Amino acid sequence: MELVCPAGTPAALRAAVEAGAHSVYCGFADETNARNFPGLNFSRPELAEGVAFAHRHGAKVLVAINTFPRAGDEAIWHRAVADAEKAGVDAVILADIGLLAHAAKHHPKLRRNLSVQAAAANADVINFYAREFGVSRVVLPRVLTVAEIAAINRETEVETEVFVFGGLCVMAEGRCSLSSYATGQSPNMNGVCSPASEVEYVQEGAQLAARLGNFTIHRVGASEPAPYPTLCKGCFTSGDETGHIFEDAVSLNATELLPQLKKAGVTALKIEGRQRSRSYVAQVVRSFRAAVDALEAGRPMPTSALAALSEGQASTTGAYAKTWR
Amino acid sequence: MDLTLGPIQFFWEAPRIRDFYARIADEAPVARVVLGELVCSKRLPFWQGEIPVAVERLKAAGKEVWLTSLALVTLKRERQLTEELVDAGVGVEISDLTTLAYLPKGTPFSVSPLINVYNIGTLDWLAERGAKRICLPNELPLASAAKLAAAGAERGVAVEVWGFGRQPLAISGRCYHARLHNRSKDSCQFICNADPDGREVDTLDGERFLAVNGVQTLSAATSFAGGEIGALAAAQVSALRLSPQTGNMVALAREFEAAIAAGKAGPALEAAARAAAPGGQLANGYLRGHAGAEWAPA
Repeated sequence: MELVCPAGTPAALRAAVEAGAHSVYCGFADETNARNFPGLNFSRPELAEGVAFAHRHGAKVLVAINTFPRAGDEAIWHRAVADAEKAGVDAVILADIGLLAHAAKHHPKLRRNLSVQAAAANADVINFYAREFGVSRVVLPRVLTVAEIAAINRETEVETEVFVFGGLCVMAEGRCSLSSYATGQSPNMNGVCSPASEVEYVQEGAQLAARLGNFTIHRVGASEPAPYPTLCKGCFTSGDETGHIFEDAVSLNATELLPQLKKAGVTALKIEGRQRSRSYVAQVVRSFRAAVDALEAGRPMPTSALAALSEGQASTTGAYAKTWR
Repeated sequence: MDLTLGPIQFFWEAPRIRDFYARIADEAPVARVVLGELVCSKRLPFWQGEIPVAVERLKAAGKEVWLTSLALVTLKRERQLTEELVDAGVGVEISDLTTLAYLPKGTPFSVSPLINVYNIGTLDWLAERGAKRICLPNELPLASAAKLAAAGAERGVAVEVWGFGRQPLAISGRCYHARLHNRSKDSCQFICNADPDGREVDTLDGERFLAVNGVQTLSAATSFAGGEIGALAAAQVSALRLSPQTGNMVALAREFEAAIAAGKAGPALEAAARAAAPGGQLANGYLRGHAGAEWAPA
């Protein structure tokens, strides 16, 4: 299986490639991609250099242009697709149907992958995207079980890519405006979710409240860790219940499911984390590459290396297990 | 500008649904009604029989009728349901692009606010495919809505904006109603029917923030575009969408109709909106380019 690894910066790209990434994915330093964070992403010359470096090492570069273009400013997104092709990237990752139609028409030779932001969650819609826009691969939304993924692969020729590690969306991706409801900025429009510019930590006596926009997302005691206030991982009250109504402060770790995902016909495994440091990226990529190589060779999984990855943090296999729902 | 009544997002009992559409047919000045199960396919068997009854009743009253698809189609059964919609003899409103896999090219269809229409390239593609109406995503500011409405007007596509109702903010594979009751989605026992306006989720400070409705998450505040009626009409927006809550939707539609005719909203419309909104809480931040939860008086 192909290992698709995050590259938030040129340094992280090199680290991921050297650690054994088969592919890296990255974005331009603007609102055209869904990790539009300060200090992150690539200029045009950096992308060209990154592509050259990756190709020298036999790795591919995929460019995410996966926000939804703003009416009247479509040219910014069109230029991103054209510049990605010019830089020699191996594929673009798109979500918006207008942008997919544009790319199919004006850049027919540029490989098109369907972003998780399109939330294509069944074989019929995946085949529809293939028919209409010539997509070669789909990144599946995190609402499906392993059995459902296997069923999709039986009914489509389109390659499937699934998230196996890192941040976890609880909602169908590209169809969530919780962030903009609280802050005015969203993944779809601005490439950010629960943005840091809207976060405030407020000391309240012995407690620390984390606020997003005008809303308290959680509150912890002095000795407890204070997680980042991502809205869907927050602590709320409904009726008599107080707690993590949507999801706990966990991240995804599907390492134990790698053999099942392979059996389900998955082509590529994706690691989330373009906002993470290059040393983190290198460590995670190295562990996953060892696991994937072992799997392909029929050797036992290097469980200790994988277990070390999630030390000290709560993790889940998310929707891959039916009971999560 | 006229009025569209959107699908009931919540799990209402069949008798309530029958009464609701009978009253809408007889009394509400809405030009069209979109109905059907939007949120959860498990609910549908409980009220499916009401759909043909409501369609006939509404058509007889001169309303245009569209049937919505599910918002998130994953299971085989859901794909079949979606495919069957195409042959129901009523126009389809797509709430998941899966529907287009079954709709022959050129068949007229409507587009729900849950489809990501953020720009003119997407509007063009949908128009070419057969879209006649598009209700824009809630989070779009007025500036974007105006550009899309103008593009729609040129291409013969009616562009609609959310006018009233708790806003659909997210859809998930996980059922939050079941989770709140320590049940799994598969053994939910249809507990979402206890909350016909959704179950409220407050912040730890006790602020009313969100509402859950099975696999759907909505705003706790009811979005209300009354203050923007003049600007929306000037921007060639062709309809406002009213999303059913348990409050008095007929009275609300009448006040909306009067405000549209007058070109602006008076205090009577806002009063009707507050009366129909769960908890009387309104928001209008999105159209102003702010956080959706914000409220600024007209």
